[in-house]
Amino acid sequence: MISALGAAIAVGLGAIGPGIGEGLALAAAMDAIARQPEAAGTISRTLFVGLAMIETMAIYCLVIALLLLYANPFVG
Amino acid sequence: MQSPFGPQILFHLGPVPISEAVATTWAVMAALTLVSWLGLRRARPDGGPLQAALEILVTTIEGQVRAVLQRDPGGYMPLLGTLFLFLAAANLSPMLPGVQAPTSRIETPMALAAIVFLSIHWYGLRNQGLAGYLGHFLKPNPLLLPLTLLSEFTRILSLMVRLFGNMMSHELILAILVYLAGFVLPVPFMILGLLIGLIQAYIFTILATVFIGAAIGAVDS
Repeated sequence: MISALGAAIAVGLGAIGPGIGEGLALAAAMDAIARQPEAAGTISRTLFVGLAMIETMAIYCLVIALLLLYANPFVG
Repeated sequence: MQSPFGPQILFHLGPVPISEAVATTWAVMAALTLVSWLGLRRARPDGGPLQAALEILVTTIEGQVRAVLQRDPGGYMPLLGTLFLFLAAANLSPMLPGVQAPTSRIETPMALAAIVFLSIHWYGLRNQGLAGYLGHFLKPNPLLLPLTLLSEFTRILSLMVRLFGNMMSHELILAILVYLAGFVLPVPFMILGLLIGLIQAYIFTILATVFIGAAIGAVDS
């Protein structure tokens, strides 16, 4: 029961930071593409890689939540 | 609900249990081989529509890999191109009714990440030699050696979990939606699943390319 709460808190709080970060990165990339449309290919490729890196934090939280839900080490 | 970590055993091949994901993987591999064979069995300069489509696909992947590695992608295409084609096919396989994406069980992303991990070091050693490759761990500063070594493992772990987490969570959301309102509501989410599957295949491939590029000294990661 408490582990379900822990999972919810982990995903809920852990999604805030990456959400803000991805928003900032996307806004900057949009700005860059608007200024320089001919560089759109390079910018979007770099953006995808960067977003994947930022997303990692949220994914770690998701892993912790899944571990708590399905493979809880504290439940015998 | 069944745990996404445990394998779903379909049948046993002698003493070896064959899970559902492995069977789907084999089907995807067979389908890809069949399509390539059909399209390229009589490859001509003025080939048919299937050959033209396959050529467009290969040239597009080649262009992306070339842009990241900044050198001739010939030696890397067998790994990276196959990775993308397999992942795209595997991620889109749940569009067929009754099929579960093999990438939404943990064993398939784990195996693919292990392949990427080994090939990063293989390409790095082959391109830079033993001393040069080991030396690149000491850059930019020898004090950061523990962190560079740690990041070798964490980036592969996150590569694996990113693919698994995205595919599995999408499947979980679909299951919840079907449970809540099973008729029309899941359809837009399934269309979203097309996008997610292709983007995840692209990201996995491009990250593998970036890691290999860093190992062969083409990219500053």
